[in-house]
Amino acid sequence: MSFLLRQESIKNSIVNMAHEHKLEIFRGLLKFKSNTQKIWGVLIFLSIVTAVEVALGILKPEILTKNYFLGMKLLNWIFIILTLVKAYYIAWDFMHLRDEKSSLRRAIVWTPIFLVSYLIFILLFEADYIYNVFKEGFLSWDF
Amino acid sequence: MDSTVTTGAEDNVWGGGNRPLGASYGKLMMWFFIVSDALTFSGFLVSYGFSRFKFIETWPIADEVFTHVPFFHGNYPMYYVAFMTFILIMSSVTMVLAVDAGHRMMKNRVILYMFLTIIGGAIFVGSQAWEWATFIKGDFGALETKGGRILQFVNAETGERAALAEFSKTLPEERVKHEGSNGIWYQKEGYKTSYSLNEVIEGFKASPNILIRTETINEEGEKTLLTRQESLAKLKDAKLVVEGANLIRNEYGSRLFADFFFFITGFHGFHVFSGVVINVIIFFNVILGTYERRGHYEMVEKVGLYWHFVDLVWVFVFTFFYLV
Repeated sequence: MSFLLRQESIKNSIVNMAHEHKLEIFRGLLKFKSNTQKIWGVLIFLSIVTAVEVALGILKPEILTKNYFLGMKLLNWIFIILTLVKAYYIAWDFMHLRDEKSSLRRAIVWTPIFLVSYLIFILLFEADYIYNVFKEGFLSWDF
Repeated sequence: MDSTVTTGAEDNVWGGGNRPLGASYGKLMMWFFIVSDALTFSGFLVSYGFSRFKFIETWPIADEVFTHVPFFHGNYPMYYVAFMTFILIMSSVTMVLAVDAGHRMMKNRVILYMFLTIIGGAIFVGSQAWEWATFIKGDFGALETKGGRILQFVNAETGERAALAEFSKTLPEERVKHEGSNGIWYQKEGYKTSYSLNEVIEGFKASPNILIRTETINEEGEKTLLTRQESLAKLKDAKLVVEGANLIRNEYGSRLFADFFFFITGFHGFHVFSGVVINVIIFFNVILGTYERRGHYEMVEKVGLYWHFVDLVWVFVFTFFYLV
């Protein structure tokens, strides 16, 4: 009996949890009428971002390829930032992180961000060091 | 056994059924998997970055590697990958629509959207297979030096890349492909190129309009083009002909590029493939009415999480392999 009650209550809580959708994106700038509408809105936004990426990748404007920030071309910075923007909307709206409790969201998002930032930092610095050894360190690798 | 059965067991902190994160067991486990898998992919992509930064001056330029679109001839960098990206995002949308329809208990809509998701996934996997085939087959062919570097050819008049077939001579020489059945059983030739090294070298000497392009990237962000004199000098280092790419040789440039390409897109493609298989299973469960009887479509949501994750990973692979 108690098992059945519990099953029933789990079912109800799943059904209830499912119906709370936050329908605002861009910090409330755009509010959709239904979840379906929001999905299509996010699709349009993601497609625009991808189109911008492809257009920039084909045109390669000189201002963006000649200027560097922290040793990387501005164009590449733009690509990486746009990628993170896309990842945000996929996770927040398609994977419903927007509707989850903030504690769950933080556990999911900040754990990889912390670990991956560390990994990027340590490996790219190491790679740059090896590059310099190859270049200046009396070592011939292109013979 | 729990002798004090109360109807309020779910509200009791130690009675089980307490949900501090407001998500069911299955969903939490899916998130656990996704976070750990995200770390695996990050490891791959960061090691790609490591190798790239190590050989930053000679790394292949993706625009020159992935230039093909099925059924079209010519140079169309990135269009096809952009199409693949769009397909995957689109199938993510139909997946999230299926989840949404599931929340509203609309079985037929869930079936329709799951079906479209599966089709999108299949198109993506097919495209990736085609992309692999094109990459393995190769474009123009190149020479490899004794230091393991790649020399490519350019037509000086047009400025376009020159294929080996355009200038190589066909000499009356004979060489048999070394099979595993002759000689030592574990030694065999993987593949035999359409021209021998000698034929390429003789052809190059006979055609003054062909120049050599090295792997080094110059200040304009392009591969360095040698003069005719330098080219002829460089030709002396050539050791073998390379056509296409595999795990050992790569006509596009750094071998590591091909290795990472096969490994990362392969691992991602395998995820898409398993995603399609799981989607098919859930699709049939929906048709059979399993979730209708269960009273909720949470399984569709869990599978959806995985499917979106695959899309999420592709967004990063797309950036780091094709754009940056």
